[in-house]
Amino acid sequence: MKKIKLSKEHKTYIMVIAIYIIVEILMAAGVLSSHIKGLLVPMVYYAIAAVGLNLCVGILGELSIGHAGFMCIGAFSSAIFSNLVKDILPGGIRFLLAFVVGIAFAALFGFLIGIPVLRLNGDYLAIVTLAFGEIIKNVINAVYLGFDGRGLHASFTSASAMGLDAGGTTILNGPMGINGTPRDANFTIAMLVLLITLFIVQNLIKSRDGRAIMSIRDNRIAAESIGIDITRFKILAFTISAAIAGAAGVLFGHNISSLQATSGNFGYNISILILVYVVLGGIGNIRGSVIAAGILYMLPEMLRGLNAYRMLIYSIVLIAMMLFNWAPGARKWRSRVFGRFVRKEAA
Amino acid sequence: MNFLTYLISGISLGSVYAIIALGYTMVYGIAKMLNFAHGDFIMVGCYAIFSIVSATSGSPAGMILGVVAATVICTLVGVTTERVAYRPLREAGSPLAVLITAIGVSYLLENLALLIFGSDPKSFTPVITWSGISIGALRIQGVTIVTIAVSLLVLICLTWFIGNTKSGQAMLAVAQDRGAATLMGINVNKTITMTFAIGSALAAIAGALQCSAYPTLTPYTGAMPGIKAFVAAVLGGIGSIPGAMIGGILLGIIEILGRSYISSQLADAIVFGVLIVVLLVRPTGILGKKIQEKV
Repeated sequence: MKKIKLSKEHKTYIMVIAIYIIVEILMAAGVLSSHIKGLLVPMVYYAIAAVGLNLCVGILGELSIGHAGFMCIGAFSSAIFSNLVKDILPGGIRFLLAFVVGIAFAALFGFLIGIPVLRLNGDYLAIVTLAFGEIIKNVINAVYLGFDGRGLHASFTSASAMGLDAGGTTILNGPMGINGTPRDANFTIAMLVLLITLFIVQNLIKSRDGRAIMSIRDNRIAAESIGIDITRFKILAFTISAAIAGAAGVLFGHNISSLQATSGNFGYNISILILVYVVLGGIGNIRGSVIAAGILYMLPEMLRGLNAYRMLIYSIVLIAMMLFNWAPGARKWRSRVFGRFVRKEAA
Repeated sequence: MNFLTYLISGISLGSVYAIIALGYTMVYGIAKMLNFAHGDFIMVGCYAIFSIVSATSGSPAGMILGVVAATVICTLVGVTTERVAYRPLREAGSPLAVLITAIGVSYLLENLALLIFGSDPKSFTPVITWSGISIGALRIQGVTIVTIAVSLLVLICLTWFIGNTKSGQAMLAVAQDRGAATLMGINVNKTITMTFAIGSALAAIAGALQCSAYPTLTPYTGAMPGIKAFVAAVLGGIGSIPGAMIGGILLGIIEILGRSYISSQLADAIVFGVLIVVLLVRPTGILGKKIQEKV
């Protein structure tokens, strides 16, 4: 029998589809509690964001701790759009257009931020992206946006300062955020978006552009000397990465009806959370990001029975995993213990 | 007169940022790592003082004991963290792995504090009880004066220490070239541990000052000042000690003036916006050295 050898990329698609089918079966069988069901969509959008960030951190080699900011832009721009056209467009088209709006805004900001910021490198880029994420969150908390017969109104002080007509509605209410967004997101759509994201990222990596991006990561000076336009490819990768985070944000914004830009939703610790998924999944390993996001998002929830101790255990597991994976001592020990089970790879 | 009051409270807040930023900048300059848990060392220090001061029912001796104990505890926490979590990974040579571990340590400290002290905010008994002085209509609080004085003292001591002691010189050498420093017989690991000890002790002092000015204490007290101090260190030029001082004070002034004159909602956005603008004009910060890239 002819043996079919699956490529790395195909295995990833199969894995995602298999997870989808298993979860759907479990849901149909009624095994999953409503609590777990509520966690499915967030799990997927964090996986999407992690894939996007991996493109930036693993493939481009630039550390960003501001991806929650791009999620925030995606979530708010699409939620504002959905609220504006809530009564005009039917559900399907509206959600599709919401994706277009959210992704476009996130990509636009990624592009604008990328031009100046990608001149910096290393930890400076990290701190600027962190600063950017915090700025986005703060600004959204200070903006009031409303809609009435005369069009859109905005204010930086209060909802009443917008001077809306009697029939007008407040869409973005400062720190109160957006209320009444249609809950269009569900597990199927989220998984579909994840698949599309994987398709885009994995094909980008395999393409000519992807190889150019990776050459910048491996040796910027050598890449430049063979005529690769560093700035162009850096901005390309960063913009796509931001756009993917924006898509995750669209799912975020349409999964709950009340959306606020709190630090628990879009603060720098969420950017860090996504970074943790990327690093633990394996920097540059796209499938790893999806797996790590799935497991690590569910882990604290699985530990919910331990209540007060769960985040403590999570942090200890995190430190232990990092030490186990990276410390030279642990690596030596690992190869001694598990080495005999693993077939030696040909050099 | 209002402007002067704001300016002084800005300098005071900035001095706290500066002390934290000194710790950040030293650790970054010497160990080349972003210690995300640094802000949580502040929180540890605050809780240590809080526990001792409430145990001794607020007597002056208890306050002094509290500050000393907090410094010792923070130093121990810093050194232990470095030894257990960071050193094994430093040898692996992956800065990202160290960064994630630092985040893990940050979570660990926050959740330990949450478990021990609970999530409800504790009101902190100010360590500094002096009511301050008035010059004409201008009132300067005792806390403000002490904060500024302490930060100047710290800056002077630290500059002296680095310039004039053998350990200080070793730190400079490790910061410049770790490999060459090893060849010159400097114990790099010991030097880095000492840097962590000093940085964490500074965090405890900063904690005492910060909580005297803003007397509420939660497990997340240290997180935001930690981030701001890091921004201050980058603003001033990371790795540079006077840079951290200038960056910290500048940041404090911008934050207070922004909050008073523009919008309290947008104060943080203004602070971070200034950082981005400065980095675009001077990519290595105000006092940062430009590193020539060699092929």
